[in-house]
Amino acid sequence: MYDMKELYEAFSVEEAVKLRVEHPEAQVIAGGSDVLVQMREGKRAGKELISIYLVDELRGIRIDEEENIRIGSLTSFSHITKDPIIQKYINVLGEAVDQVGGPQIRNIGTIGGNTCNGVTSADSSSTLHAWEAVVELTGPEGVRRLPIKDFYIKAGTVDIREGEIQTAILIPKASYENTYGYYWKYAMRNAMDIATTGCSVNVRLSPDKKTIERARIAYGVAAPVPVRAPHAEAVANGAPVSEETVGKFALAVLEDINPRDSWRAGKAFRQHISVEMARRCLRASILRAGGAF
Amino acid sequence: MQNVGKSVTRVDAYDKITGRAKYTDDLCDNRSALVLRIVRSTIAHGYVKSIDASEAEKVPGFVKIFTCFDVPEIDFATAGHPYSPDPSHQDTADRRILNRHVRYYGDDIAVIVAENEIAAAQAARKVKVEYEELPFVLDAQEAMKPDAPVIHCELFQSNVLKHTDVRIGNYAEAIKEPGLICVDKWYDTQTVQHCHIENFICYAYEEAGKVVVVSSTQIPHIVRRITGQALGEPWGNIRIIKPYIGGGFGNKQDALYEPLTAWVCRKMGGRLVKIDVSREETFVNNRVRHAIRYHIISWVKPDGTFVARKLECFSDQGGYASHGHSIVAKGLGAFAKMFPCPNVEADAYTVYTNKPVGGAMRGYGMPQASFAFDCATEDIATALGIDSLELRRRTLMPKGFKDGFFKTEQYYDSYNQCLDRATAYIDYEKKHKEYAHQTGDIRKGVGVGTFWYNTGVWPISLECSSCRMVLNQDGTIQVQVGETEIGQGADTAYSQMAADVVGLKDYRDVHIVSNQDTDITPFGLGAYASRQTYMVGFSVTQTGKLLKKKILDYAHEMTRMPVDILDVVDSNIVRKGDGRVLVSLAQLATTAFYDTVHCDHLTAESTYQIKSNAYSFGCCAAEVEVDIPLCRVQVKKIINVHDCGNLINPALAEAQVHGGQSMGIGYALSERLIFDPKTGRVLNNNLLDYKLSTAMDHPHLEAQFVENPEPTNPFGTKSLGEPPACTVAQAIRNAVLNATGVAVNDLPLHPQNLYKRFCEEGLIKDPWQKEE
Repeated sequence: MYDMKELYEAFSVEEAVKLRVEHPEAQVIAGGSDVLVQMREGKRAGKELISIYLVDELRGIRIDEEENIRIGSLTSFSHITKDPIIQKYINVLGEAVDQVGGPQIRNIGTIGGNTCNGVTSADSSSTLHAWEAVVELTGPEGVRRLPIKDFYIKAGTVDIREGEIQTAILIPKASYENTYGYYWKYAMRNAMDIATTGCSVNVRLSPDKKTIERARIAYGVAAPVPVRAPHAEAVANGAPVSEETVGKFALAVLEDINPRDSWRAGKAFRQHISVEMARRCLRASILRAGGAF
Repeated sequence: MQNVGKSVTRVDAYDKITGRAKYTDDLCDNRSALVLRIVRSTIAHGYVKSIDASEAEKVPGFVKIFTCFDVPEIDFATAGHPYSPDPSHQDTADRRILNRHVRYYGDDIAVIVAENEIAAAQAARKVKVEYEELPFVLDAQEAMKPDAPVIHCELFQSNVLKHTDVRIGNYAEAIKEPGLICVDKWYDTQTVQHCHIENFICYAYEEAGKVVVVSSTQIPHIVRRITGQALGEPWGNIRIIKPYIGGGFGNKQDALYEPLTAWVCRKMGGRLVKIDVSREETFVNNRVRHAIRYHIISWVKPDGTFVARKLECFSDQGGYASHGHSIVAKGLGAFAKMFPCPNVEADAYTVYTNKPVGGAMRGYGMPQASFAFDCATEDIATALGIDSLELRRRTLMPKGFKDGFFKTEQYYDSYNQCLDRATAYIDYEKKHKEYAHQTGDIRKGVGVGTFWYNTGVWPISLECSSCRMVLNQDGTIQVQVGETEIGQGADTAYSQMAADVVGLKDYRDVHIVSNQDTDITPFGLGAYASRQTYMVGFSVTQTGKLLKKKILDYAHEMTRMPVDILDVVDSNIVRKGDGRVLVSLAQLATTAFYDTVHCDHLTAESTYQIKSNAYSFGCCAAEVEVDIPLCRVQVKKIINVHDCGNLINPALAEAQVHGGQSMGIGYALSERLIFDPKTGRVLNNNLLDYKLSTAMDHPHLEAQFVENPEPTNPFGTKSLGEPPACTVAQAIRNAVLNATGVAVNDLPLHPQNLYKRFCEEGLIKDPWQKEE
């Protein structure tokens, strides 16, 4: 039994937007693996819900006309992991979302829900930040796109305006072309857990594989929202592929991250593992890109 | 034996796999049930001054509220122990159905009765409570200090619920011997919870003036007594029915909310009322495993010989007595048995704190104690630079050791036999040397841990088992015992034993009556102390022989043959001399039911009082991989070897060990309840933040057995239920020591703890931390 006031169901984006306008106080629900849990805990008890779960046009992954990878917001984690486009161009995203919860959660949970929650620990979010994903929102005024870093406003709050729903997440070609990444989820057990800290790194190497042309890194749970580590990226960009570069890169993340001290994990510990994860993720990304040490 | 000793399919397998098996909530008429929701204190210690339910009453679906000011003025004890007619052996009666004097954050202070769960939850949130707050204390040793708030000031002068000691030889004199080496260590264990799948649930209704409570319990007959006591009613007024339950691990060896539910049912004029405890409440408001701190001082000769040892144990009881001192006392008693020593001074204290209540949990104090005892042996060996496995072999309870209290002995060389098997499996001796001086980020290690356990509770408490057998027309039998199936496979073991005692061809010819109903089921004590297979072994044997005698008497009438030359074999009446089948049991049974000259319904029932105990032994060996920079331990290999006597059902025995190993891995590496020091509130009372280990955290779980027949039992069997959980943490801790050289003396070895220890020992040096 869930303490919900009303449930409205949409079958198309148009209907969903209409319902959003009609019921501005209602909570959007996709797979429900977060919303229903919160409702049970009393946090969203007594609310109206707008279900978009049956809006099938929001499911699936394709390369669009601009050569973006377009991931429909209702695409489940397990579908992302098994999708050939994801596996070919941004395998790390499939690997990251394959570490969410357990198999049942990955079948019901969606990438749209994962990002719209605005939580820093979401397994997809650090990779989407590190790959400079673009969020597509559809509302009464039409379609709006914004970089994912602007989508996250603060912990638990994202930039979804009145009447809007998130309809897709796009990875631009400039971001994914010739780029290889690695995600490390640090959790207290090997399944059914949320990240203590998540780290996603990707690189593009020079044609001779000796130089890092571009390195990007983002963390979950290193700050109230997922964050990039620009100091670390600056250290690596243009630097030679070497253990020394990896070491400097890893230490530089401390300039950028600000993990909190909590009963779940202490600040010093989180800083320590963040550095170690940066080191391991950059190394693994370089190896995947064909580099060698 | 035809059925015993075989890995036959569980009798309940198909019903459980297909979802047909009925659990408490499946049986409840949820359309008519009123729902209970407990209002919980938001302070850790103090008094409820007033409760204002005026806003709660406005919630649609609200029916009634009862508060701590309404309940009977009867203090009762909840521990699922057998009753003792001797008041000095009775459990401490220190709580009421709802409590005005709040002893921990989340204590039961009022209960909402509502038409549905949502109304109950909404109403509970709207109850306003005024408190008189008192200081609280969250640590056993802190609670022993003279200035600590006295949590049960109504009953005690201090927070020490009980203190007992063991004195052997003369410790003070013995330590004066020249040349002794002293190893002085503290070991600390954490609070964990059972995490059985089915949360506690029960419902109650009146029938014929009595209260019937259908409950997810391990101990229906005991809960009947406690519920009667709590309500101040004759015990016969209470009827407890126990259906299939989704695990208990000792949490349900306690009266949980049966007294409250029965009382509310009475107050509501006998209406059907149900309480379905949430997972969050299960963590805080049922029972937990006691956190126990140990201080061990060992005076040893350079070769490791124990000369004198001192032990102090501080057991964190939480807010109410429940099983109380019994838990730490078990380890106290085991200290000088597991590792005999001529001079021992040992003390154990059970201390109230303002925390969730410690109760029975699989192992009953021995996971804590054997962790400390076995780590101490490892640390002595390390201090002396001698081989720890060899030291264990020399110091563990030897063959021939006699226990005058339990009147049992170490009949075999069990420890060495178990250690041989376990160490061979992981190639311990070779690897232990190889791994001793590794460098690098990723290191491997091996460790062993040992345990001791007994079987049942005699002579501390009553041990008995009653059994009823009823012959059917087709020659099959019904069997009823008071010992409960709680998921472990007990019903299958009973069926196998009963079939062999009576002479039935197949264990499926036994229709085991799985559910206990205190109005119908013969008296038995229930599932705890790893007692059931051992105890039912006696009552099934005695009752089966009574039934068999009646069958053979009737066979004599049918066949003219004297009883002495007849037997029941493979469900036939057989003449022993030539093995000829004279009549089938089915034919005999049908005749006995319907014969117009001599009709007799052949049944038997008897109680066997057990006056023996049996020691169980075993060990665990583990291989781990430690990722030092990431502060993580992965168990790569694990084996438990148990001497639990003869196996009744090897496949079920193996499954029992797997479950215990899983529980042990969580205990070793990740599980702990976390308390907010500012409020006493539990912070992680859900299965996300409480890190129960998952299948992904386990390697293959290897279980092996040394089947030394237990001479005191008709089936040669002894305890296996709890032992597998008693031996894993120390093996993993010792393996991490082997891998890294770092001894971690407080459980669990979770990453934050390892980070602290690796920093202390210089394995991790974060350059930026020094600058701060």
